[in-house]
Amino acid sequence: MSIATAEGTPTPPTPAPPAPPKKRSPLIAGRDFARGQMGFLVAALCLLFLAPAMLTDFRLDLLAKFVCFAIIAIGVDIAWGYGGMLVLGQGVFFGLGGYAMAMHLKLVEAKEFDMAVPDFMSWSGVETLPAIWKPFEHGWFTLGAVLLVPMIVAFLLGSLVFRRRVRGAYFAILTQALAAAFVILLVGQQGLTGGTNGLTNITTFFGMDLNDPESTQTLYTIAVVALGITYLLARQLVNSRYGRVLIAVRDGEDRVRFLGYNPATIKTIAFTISAGMAGLAGALFVPIVGIISPAMLGIVPSIEMVIWVALGGRATLVGAVAGALIVNYGKTGLSEQFPGGWTYFLGLLFIVVIAFVPTGIAGGIKSGRKRLIEIRAEQKERGKTAAGFGDTRFE
Amino acid sequence: MTTFFSQLIAGISIGSLLLLIALGLTFTFGQMNVINMAHGEFIAAGAYTVYFLQTSVFAASAASLAFVVSLPVAFIVAGVMGLILEMTLIKRLYGRSLDTLLVTWGVALVLQQVYRDLFGAANVQVVAPGWLQGAIEIGEVTISYARLFTIGLVIVALIAIWIFSSKTVHGTRMRAVVQNRGLAEASGIASKPVDRTTFFIGSGLAGLAGVAITLLGSIGPTLGTAYIIDAFLVVVVGGLGQLRGAVIAAFVLGILNSFLELWTDASLAKVMVFALIIAFLQFRPQGLAVQKTRALA
Amino acid sequence: MSKLLQLQNIEVDFDGFKALSDLTFQINQGEVRFLIGPNGAGKTTCVDVITGLTKPTSGHVEFAGEKITGKSEFDIVKLGVGRTFQNPTVFDDLLVVENIDLAASYRMGLGKLMRRRKGVSAPVAEALEMIGMTDKADQPAGVLSHGERQWLEIGMLLAQDPRLLLLDEPVAGMSKPERKKTGELLHEIAKTRTVLVVEHDMEFLREFASVVTVMHEGTVLCEGDVATVQADPTVQEVYLGRGRTAPEDDDVAVPAILKEG
Repeated sequence: MSIATAEGTPTPPTPAPPAPPKKRSPLIAGRDFARGQMGFLVAALCLLFLAPAMLTDFRLDLLAKFVCFAIIAIGVDIAWGYGGMLVLGQGVFFGLGGYAMAMHLKLVEAKEFDMAVPDFMSWSGVETLPAIWKPFEHGWFTLGAVLLVPMIVAFLLGSLVFRRRVRGAYFAILTQALAAAFVILLVGQQGLTGGTNGLTNITTFFGMDLNDPESTQTLYTIAVVALGITYLLARQLVNSRYGRVLIAVRDGEDRVRFLGYNPATIKTIAFTISAGMAGLAGALFVPIVGIISPAMLGIVPSIEMVIWVALGGRATLVGAVAGALIVNYGKTGLSEQFPGGWTYFLGLLFIVVIAFVPTGIAGGIKSGRKRLIEIRAEQKERGKTAAGFGDTRFE
Repeated sequence: MTTFFSQLIAGISIGSLLLLIALGLTFTFGQMNVINMAHGEFIAAGAYTVYFLQTSVFAASAASLAFVVSLPVAFIVAGVMGLILEMTLIKRLYGRSLDTLLVTWGVALVLQQVYRDLFGAANVQVVAPGWLQGAIEIGEVTISYARLFTIGLVIVALIAIWIFSSKTVHGTRMRAVVQNRGLAEASGIASKPVDRTTFFIGSGLAGLAGVAITLLGSIGPTLGTAYIIDAFLVVVVGGLGQLRGAVIAAFVLGILNSFLELWTDASLAKVMVFALIIAFLQFRPQGLAVQKTRALA
Repeated sequence: MSKLLQLQNIEVDFDGFKALSDLTFQINQGEVRFLIGPNGAGKTTCVDVITGLTKPTSGHVEFAGEKITGKSEFDIVKLGVGRTFQNPTVFDDLLVVENIDLAASYRMGLGKLMRRRKGVSAPVAEALEMIGMTDKADQPAGVLSHGERQWLEIGMLLAQDPRLLLLDEPVAGMSKPERKKTGELLHEIAKTRTVLVVEHDMEFLREFASVVTVMHEGTVLCEGDVATVQADPTVQEVYLGRGRTAPEDDDVAVPAILKEG
C-alpha cells in the first residue's frame, strides 16, 4: 500500500520482521532470579547458622523479635509498597494473631496448674472461662486462628471498603481508627483481655518451657524459618502476574478497570495476605517476648511498622526486611541511651526519607539500576538506523 | 428523661469540640488535599500555651486573665506553626497526599518529643478561670459552664469563618481556589498565598480547640493523638473538605458517641461508632456533603 | 452486517450541563467508524458511556444484543469492549511486555494469576509485533516516548482481544511518520475487528474513514461517508463557519478546522 506523502514519492512497504529471540534483561530488579536467589541463600545461611553461633542468648532473643517485625514489614510492603494501600493500623492484625496465641498458651498454663481460668482472670474476679476463650484450648484451632482471624477481619474490611472506592488517605485513616478502637476495646474489657497489662507471664509454648535457655535457640530458628517462608511466598506473589496487576492497581487504579480487572478484588487479596503475615508475626512474638499488650498494637506501633518499610525501601522486599531489622536494632541500641534523641532522629529521618527519598534506601539502589537501564535504552535509541520506527532488526 | 438530655448536651459539647478541631482539617483537606497528621500537635500547642502563660508569664493570681489572653495567643502560635509546616514541607509534597500524611506524622512525633522536653512527660493541669467553674441547671439537667464555653467558642468561630469567607477578599479567594484551583489561578489569584492563609487559619483553630480542651482535664504530650482520630473521622464522614458536612458529622458523631457510651461502655462504644461509619460509607462513600462538579473520575 | 453496538436516546447530565442529549446511533460488525465533532461535542463522553465510566441519566447501550448500561467497566471489558485514552496511560514501572501481558491476562483465574509469567505468550508477541515494539519489550514503559506510549496503549488494547475497539484520538500529538504508522496499524486492525475512532485530524479521517458520525452539542448531527459529511451544510457551518467549503489540499496535514480565513 502506498500513501501519498508530502514529498510525493511512495514509501516502500516495511519488511517483515524476523521472529524475536526471547531475551531476558539481567539488570531488572525482581526478575533477576539468579542474583536474588544467591542473596537469599546467603542471608538465610547467615541468619540460620551464623547468628546463633555468634550471639548471646539475650541478643539472639532480640534478633528473634526483630525477625518477627521483619515478617510484619513484608506484609506492609505488599499492601503499601506494591499495592499502594497505606495501612496505618497493621498493629491490629499483629495483635489478633498475638492475642490468639497468648490466649491458648495461658489456657495451657492454667490447665497445668489445675486452674479453671488463667491467673489474670482470677485476679479480676472472673470465675468461669468466657465463651470466646474456650476454642483456644485447642492447639490446632489456635494455629488456624492466628492466621485466619486477622485475614478474615482484613477481608471483611477490605471488601466493604474497597468496592466503595474508599482509598488513599481515607483508607489510611480508617485503619488508624480501627487500631484506636481495637486498643480501647482491649483495655476496656479487662476480665476478657487482661486490660492495659495484656496477657503476661507466658511460660510455655507447645510443650517447650520458655524459662529454659534452649528455648531461645529453638524459637529463633522457628522465627527465621517463618521469615524465610514468608519472604519466598511474598516474592512469588510480587513476581507473579498478580503482582504485576497489583502494581498496576497501585499506579493507575482507574485505568486497570478498563483492562478487565476489578481493583477492589485485587486490593482485598493483598490486604488480606498482609494481615495474615502480621498475624503470624504476632503469634511468634508472644513466646519470644512472653507478653502481648495493647501498647504494642495501637496507632504509634502501627505507624512504626510503616516507618520500617518507608526507610528500608517500599516495593522491595529486601528493603522491608532490612528496614525492620535496622530500625529496631537502632531503637534498642540507641533509645535506651538517648530516648529523646532517638525520637528526634527517627522522626527527622522519616520526614527526610518520605519527602526527599521516597523509595527508601533499597529503593534508591533499585532506581539506580533502573537508571542504568534507561541509559542503555537511550543509547540503543540513538544507535537506531533512520529506516524508521518499529524496525525490529537486532543490532 | 434527664439522662437523655444530659447525654444530649454532652454529645453536643463533644461534637462542638470535634467540630472546632475538624474545621482546620476540613479547610486544608478540602483546599489542598492535605492530611495534616500534626494537627493534633497544634491542638496540644494551644493547650500548652495556656499552661505556659499561666505558669511563666502571668502571676498565679491572674490565671483567669492568662486564660483569656491565651485565646488569641494560642490561635497565633498554632497558626504560625502551621504556616511554617506548610512553607517548609507541605508545599514540596504537592499532589502526594499519602506522603504528606506520613511526613506530617513524622512532624507530629518530633513535636510530641519537644513537648516532652519542654513541659515534661507527665500531665499538667491548667487552672480554669473562676467564672467558668460551676454549672447552670435547667430543671434537673446540669450543664457545666466549661461545656457551654466550648459550644460558644465554636459558634463564634463558625460566625467568624462565615464572615471571613463570604465578606472578605481573602475569603472569596479561598472559596475560588477550593472550587477550582486551575480556574482561580487563571483568573489571577495566586493560589500559594491562599494556601498559606488557609493553613494558618486551620492550624489556628486547632490552637483554639486546645484552649477549650484545657477545661476538660489535664493535658499531656500525647493530647493530640487522642483527638486526632475522631477529628479525621469527622472529615471522612463529612465529605471531602465540605464545611457543611463537617458540621453535621461532628455533631452526629459526638452525640452518637455520647449515647453509645451510656448504653454499652466506653470501649464498645468506640468500636460501634467505627462499625457504623463503615456501614455509612457503604451507602455514601463520598461522605455527607458533596460538591458537584463537572470533573470526571 | 449485524449490529454490534447500539446507543439509544442517551442523555448525560452533569449537574445541569447536558453533555449528551438524545444520542442515538449504531455501529455494525466490521465497520471502521469515525466519530468527529468540535471540542465539547461529547465524543469522549460518548466513549465514557459505552465503556461504563459514565452512567447515562437516561437511555441505554446495547452491545452484541446485551444491555450494558450500568455495568461496571471491567465487566464491559470482559464482554469484549476495549478503549484507549486521549492521554496514554501505561504503567511506567512495568515493562512493555508486562503492560501488554497484563492486558491479555484479565480472563485468568486467580490460581493462574499467582504464577509467574514464563516468557512471552503468543497473543502478546503478536501484539508487540503489530505495534512494532518487539525490540523494546524488556524496557520499562516509563522510558518510552509519547508516540511509543500511544502505540503501547493500542498494543494493550489488541492483547485484550476485544470485539469492539474504541480509540480516542490515537494520533494526537504524533509526528507525521508516527501518524502514518498509526494509520497502517489501524488499517491492519480494521481487517478483523470493529473500530470506533474519535478524531479531529481531517487528513487521517480522509485516509481511513468509511462511515463518519458527526457529533455536535451532545447529539448526532450527521452521518454518512466522508464526502457526504463534508458536503453537508450544517457540518460546514459547525466546523468551518457559514458558507465556506473545505479547500482541496491533501498535501498539508492541517486539520480543516484550522483553515478558516
